[in-house]
Amino acid sequence: MSVSEVVPRRAIALVSGGLDSMLAVKVMQDQGIEVEGVNFYTGFCVEGHTHAIREKDKGKDKRNNALWVAEMLGIKLHIIDISEEYKDVVLNPKHGYGAHMNPCLDCKIFMVGKANLMLNKARDLAADKGFDFIVTGEVIGQRPKSQRKQTLPMIARESGAEDRLLRPLCAKNMEPTLPEREGWVDRDKLHDFHGRNRKPQMALAKHFGLDDYAQPAGGCCFLTNETYSKKLVDLWQARDKRDYELDDIMLLKVGRHIRPRSHFKLIVSREAGENAFLDGYRYLFTSMHTVSHKGPLALIDGKLESADEEALAASIVARYSQGRSAEAVTVEIRSPDGVCKQVTVPPMPIDAVLPEWHVGDV
Amino acid sequence: MTERAQLDARRLLCPMPVIKTQNRVAELENGAELEVICTDPGVLHDIPAWCRVNGHEVLETGRRENEIFVVLRVSHS
Repeated sequence: MSVSEVVPRRAIALVSGGLDSMLAVKVMQDQGIEVEGVNFYTGFCVEGHTHAIREKDKGKDKRNNALWVAEMLGIKLHIIDISEEYKDVVLNPKHGYGAHMNPCLDCKIFMVGKANLMLNKARDLAADKGFDFIVTGEVIGQRPKSQRKQTLPMIARESGAEDRLLRPLCAKNMEPTLPEREGWVDRDKLHDFHGRNRKPQMALAKHFGLDDYAQPAGGCCFLTNETYSKKLVDLWQARDKRDYELDDIMLLKVGRHIRPRSHFKLIVSREAGENAFLDGYRYLFTSMHTVSHKGPLALIDGKLESADEEALAASIVARYSQGRSAEAVTVEIRSPDGVCKQVTVPPMPIDAVLPEWHVGDV
Repeated sequence: MTERAQLDARRLLCPMPVIKTQNRVAELENGAELEVICTDPGVLHDIPAWCRVNGHEVLETGRRENEIFVVLRVSHS
């Protein structure tokens, strides 16, 4: 009896929570492969917490789609925080950016490379733990930056996964990989999807009886979002340094970002959910809120260097309060250590809030 | 007496509390209990989902003032 008959073959699958990776896992399970999932948290993920921030999204299901997919398919899921290491991918992508600040090709190489470290290429010898190969839901021609005919082999090569990287949804368009050549999987039962047409995926989902799946518009990463990317570039310009902390990139997901001077910006909440979220950051930032009228909470990112600048920032906050038509609005300014003072200012007229102050508006 | 470890995941947004839970659970013995304290209400959905996926048992979930807690029992399969 050959080893392949006694050792169940095991695959580690990149699970984003979207339909393609879900289908890729299902195709493998259908062939008797044991699959576990891995989901990487970069800090730019659209998943989960953004729904928790905004009140308007409260009606939406707050589930984490990667976990949900794992539960639907009955696989274990490893969620790995790569946010610190991922900075280098965002700041120095060898293959450059896509339409915005999205380093999709480097990102995929990085993630497959991480999964490659979970492989155990000597499992044959001891039927040991670990995985024989990697599975992704990539489809040739689907993404303009990373999923092209030329880039898919590049991902396999540069990640170190080589021919242990199998894309079940488009494998038939590519050279046979090790799992196919070794007979671990049946190539005839893999697929030849290509291009941006989603109908084959939807038909396959129907075939498997899957009718509830996430289809995030614009993918699952904020870096593919033009507004978000502009805010990130603005942050680098203002600090004269291409770098960020996790809190920075979280805050770019929330509120209006208004930069009236190059050395400070206001992050102004738009509703109660954002208010509560920004409130959690008051220990790190100077904050302002209106006390004479109902209004937003604003964080000041940067330094207010004079009483004039304090008044300028306060008048902008007043502009977004219910006192916008009043002659004067009282604003409390709180420093991170909790020391407070109040200023009373006229709300800034709407046409005085210059369009170019709105960071990221497109 | 059963060991009950605590994990402070306050101020973290999902999925970070789940990741911290996962990493802490990996260090605990079978049968140990872990109480995770959070502020993101998303954990009420995500940590139980993570437990179901990975075979751990949720003993209790709830809110205390502005905090949310989840108690689970570790089961390494």
